[in-house]
Amino acid sequence: MKISLSVENRNPLATLQNFLKSFLERQIVDVLLTPMRTPSNSVTPALVSDPALLNRADPLAPVLPVNAATWAGKISLRQPRPKAAAVLRPCEARALVELTKMAQASLDDLLVIALDCAGTYTPATFLHKQMQNDHPLWVDLYAAVCQKPESPNLELRPACQICEQPVFESAPIRLCLFESDLERTLIVEVRDEIAQKLNLTGEATNGRSPEIEAFIAARTQARDRAFAEIRARLEGEEGIAGVFAACIRCHNCMTVCPICYCKTCVFRSHVFDHDPMKYVQWARQKGAQRMPPDTMLFHLTRQNHMALSCVGCGMCTDACPSELPVGLVFRAVAQRLQHTFDYLPGRKVEEPLPLITFRADEWTEVGE
Amino acid sequence: MAETTKAETTQFEPKIIAFLCNWCTYTGADLAGTSRLQYPPNIRIIRLMCSGAVDPMYVLRATLGGADGVLIGGCHPGDCHYQEGNYKARRRVIALKEILKSAGFDEERIWLRWISASEGARFAETVREMTEAMRAKGPNPMKQAWAV
Ligand code: SF4
Ligand code: SF4
Ligand code: FES
Repeated sequence: MKISLSVENRNPLATLQNFLKSFLERQIVDVLLTPMRTPSNSVTPALVSDPALLNRADPLAPVLPVNAATWAGKISLRQPRPKAAAVLRPCEARALVELTKMAQASLDDLLVIALDCAGTYTPATFLHKQMQNDHPLWVDLYAAVCQKPESPNLELRPACQICEQPVFESAPIRLCLFESDLERTLIVEVRDEIAQKLNLTGEATNGRSPEIEAFIAARTQARDRAFAEIRARLEGEEGIAGVFAACIRCHNCMTVCPICYCKTCVFRSHVFDHDPMKYVQWARQKGAQRMPPDTMLFHLTRQNHMALSCVGCGMCTDACPSELPVGLVFRAVAQRLQHTFDYLPGRKVEEPLPLITFRADEWTEVGE
Repeated sequence: MAETTKAETTQFEPKIIAFLCNWCTYTGADLAGTSRLQYPPNIRIIRLMCSGAVDPMYVLRATLGGADGVLIGGCHPGDCHYQEGNYKARRRVIALKEILKSAGFDEERIWLRWISASEGARFAETVREMTEAMRAKGPNPMKQAWAV
């Protein structure tokens, strides 16, 4: 049901903090994972046990330093585990669904509180803008979605500029920021049994507002333009080797990716430590051999391992020291792949990962 | 990338790496041999227990290393000795080819074929067909790509 929480002094953050506190105070959960303001005023996810500390909670701060699905996974993975809630942005919630399918997270004792997301800044841009602004940064962002949904914000993280999934609708609790007139009310959508425990009453849920639809349409257009540009590069003269020419194989993109969970990634194993004469053999075959080698193998293997589950969070792009469009390449490749298998990461936890399942009667022409 | 001249193309002998399942296609290849069926010597066979054991990374390594074609051979659907290896291989190959295509590679250098232990002639025919198809394509540009 939809519940309208009243906002005092035009400060929806206080309303949100109180709402979150009630989960701990009413012992619905033992701990809460949420973005928090550190004493030095940066924002980071933290696992909170003391409700009093939730006056530092700041899920509205438009910054995504890490994809917290990884950490929601770590606290839910195996018994004994707490009853927990996690405040997540849609791309984090989708990644959590994928991790659950990969047995790297469990939703059994974990409540997702999903936030409607108007976009985020990189930590650096966020800190910079925060110093320059005298009002909270989310104010303009959410106002823009409602007033001029079609206008782009070029300061946002590149992944956010082309994100067409700003709402995660299947969460048990959703902070409906797009529908809220944030100076007056905060609308939350809560499953009935949880609303009961929180002692809240509201109305039956209705559909999406036209502003959100317009916003999604604008983002979809931006996405398609970006896809067309990168595809022209990938399929043209440059190819993927050209696009990734400046890659230094630091593996940052892999380290920050919420989907890349393997503890012993093959690219960090000794499989890729070759004997001296192996390098020489390659150098002789091709006349020369780039060092480090296997850059393309790394990127194509990673795509092969996880593009089907890529949620488009763009952590990889933010982390790349060579400023390569890693996330955009991933999303462009992933879109076709996901289409082939009629798969959308994060859609449903019951949907099996495409590469661990099959049907005998599909693609019967292949191999003949 | 250096242009390949006509003369080079005529002399060009494609190199094909084949990953064959032990129970069907490898045995089929063996049968082709013992039956003295002729097929081009352009193929280098690597035997695996099942087409489901072909890690797509092997295929990528061969392709990026300059192999002109990669053949994956397994039992016909329903006949996999591990029940479902070839069904999973089918999805993996479809995914891999889709990725290669999106990344600007010629995904038609990768073939998946079901060939049973009794199909020696089909094996020989597949190698002939693939060798000609790869010859027509010319050398894999990755042969000279040292900066990847
Ligand atoms: S590949 Fe990049 S965009 Fe996709 S899930 Fe991983 S970090 Fe996010
Ligand atoms: S983060 Fe950038 S430079 Fe580092 S491995 Fe990934 S693509 Fe290459
Ligand atoms: S045993 Fe031949 S494909 Fe599995």
